[in-house]
Amino acid sequence: MKKFVMYITMFLITIIYLVPFYILLNVAFKPTTDTSSFWVPPRQPYLGNFINAWNNAKLARAFLNNIIITFCVVAVVIIIGSCAAYPLSRYRTKLNNIVYMFCISCIVVPPLTILVPLYKLIVDTTGTSTYLGIILPHIAFQLPMAIFLYTGFIGSLSKELDEAALIDGCSRFAIFYRVILPLLKPITATIIIFVGVNVWNDYTFSVFFLQKPSMYTITVGLSQFFSQFSNEINWVAAGCLLGMLPLTTLYMFMQQYFVKGLTAGAIKG
Amino acid sequence: MKNNYFAKKLRSPSALNIMYVPALIFFIVFIFYPFVKGIRISFLEWNGYSQNSQWVGLEKYKNLFTDPDFYTTVKNTFIYGVGSTLLQNVIGLAFALLLDQKLRGKVIVRTIVYLPVMISSIIMGYIWYFFFKYDGGAVNDLISFISANYEPIDWLASGDRSVWIITFVNTLQYLGIAMMIYIAGLQGISKEYYEAASIDGAKGFSVFKNITLPLLMPSITVNVIVNIIGGLKLFDVIMAMTSGGPGYASSSISTMMYQVYFVRMDAGYAAAMGNFMFMMITVISIILLLYLRKKEVEL
Repeated sequence: MKKFVMYITMFLITIIYLVPFYILLNVAFKPTTDTSSFWVPPRQPYLGNFINAWNNAKLARAFLNNIIITFCVVAVVIIIGSCAAYPLSRYRTKLNNIVYMFCISCIVVPPLTILVPLYKLIVDTTGTSTYLGIILPHIAFQLPMAIFLYTGFIGSLSKELDEAALIDGCSRFAIFYRVILPLLKPITATIIIFVGVNVWNDYTFSVFFLQKPSMYTITVGLSQFFSQFSNEINWVAAGCLLGMLPLTTLYMFMQQYFVKGLTAGAIKG
Repeated sequence: MKNNYFAKKLRSPSALNIMYVPALIFFIVFIFYPFVKGIRISFLEWNGYSQNSQWVGLEKYKNLFTDPDFYTTVKNTFIYGVGSTLLQNVIGLAFALLLDQKLRGKVIVRTIVYLPVMISSIIMGYIWYFFFKYDGGAVNDLISFISANYEPIDWLASGDRSVWIITFVNTLQYLGIAMMIYIAGLQGISKEYYEAASIDGAKGFSVFKNITLPLLMPSITVNVIVNIIGGLKLFDVIMAMTSGGPGYASSSISTMMYQVYFVRMDAGYAAAMGNFMFMMITVISIILLLYLRKKEVEL
């Protein structure tokens, strides 16, 4: 009996979580002329909305921008983050502890609270609507968490590794490069996912810093598209569906990595 | 001789400090410098573009406390913050307790609950807009299907309603994270505690209250802090569903800041809001953190 109630509850949860996608699919596959309720599935799938959304929201360009921005941010965060974490984790001098505290305190600064001066900085350096102008601030705000995770992970590796390599005549830089770096793969996977998802889905920075249509990311492109064609609800739905496809598909295939990455990334406090 | 000196330096640990210099440069340029600059801007009368600006001292902060729109906004921000935190933790914990049982298909349900975390809140906001839309929205359709003489409601036209609808949408989207953290916490509790409790004759709710909850405190701390920070700075969903409207009725401090900067072109006021929000989030999360840490020790 108890089990039965549990299964019913599980079923209800599933329904609640799937209904939004059911509605989205219905709206996305119906022609604009079909005014039947969103609850009614389309008589036959209509693909015109996708073509309209793809062209009008300039999604091809937006996808490309998303890929470029996300790839660059992830790559730089991984390189700079792992490098920074090594001395901070291995040589806990007074100075390094202060530096570490400074890095960690950057985690708690919500980017929104300093957006006005940050925006001013980007404008003054003529960085609006350029790749660098969005990539650099992203890196700065994703780095603290990466350093936090790397520092913790390196701390859990045995110090004897370093000492053995040092006795063998390795320079300290070579130790990082040859001994530590290869061991960082698992935590790097976690960091790639949480930085990647954060940057891919970002709206806050993108809507401030990217104002030229050719520079729009998926989120900004869709929001402009939505305000322009708010009556063409079917087009918007098709655009939303296209926009969420890449990450949801990846998630389906690499679930445990995504859950691990995003949960680790959420534990910021 | 000189070569030797460098060789020695290279082998000493302090040489490694150069490895964190790039990261420091990023923090100083893009976080620390704007933070300080933001304090300065908040003392200015400035439209955000022109070269001219005027020092007005604490004027902008005084405005904050007399502006009825800002008052509404702060109230909304608290609903977003506290409401999402309560809902995500209560429901998230309930889901975790259920999906930690020996049930078939629980992994699939977990996957589905976690799925919206992958989706941009902007897109999630639009999907829910299809539900709460006045004309042909899914919610109105459903209710009028059930009860014949139902007058459709324009759900998002009223600020009070929108605030709760947005809180609900945000909760539903990010519930998965809280749930996963609680599941991990539950799995970390040793079975021996439960065995000992059942020998002592403890059952159901008393086991939950005396064993599960105290041992789950670290997970609760993490979730509460993460959710309160996330809720207090809510931006994307609001922009997608109502843009903070009508007026500022469903605005959070974040969305009002956006409006004030780009529409009202009052950069000083927007910066003052940003600083206010920073102080608010910092103070609230530190107080909560200290309180929860104390609880962790007590229980």
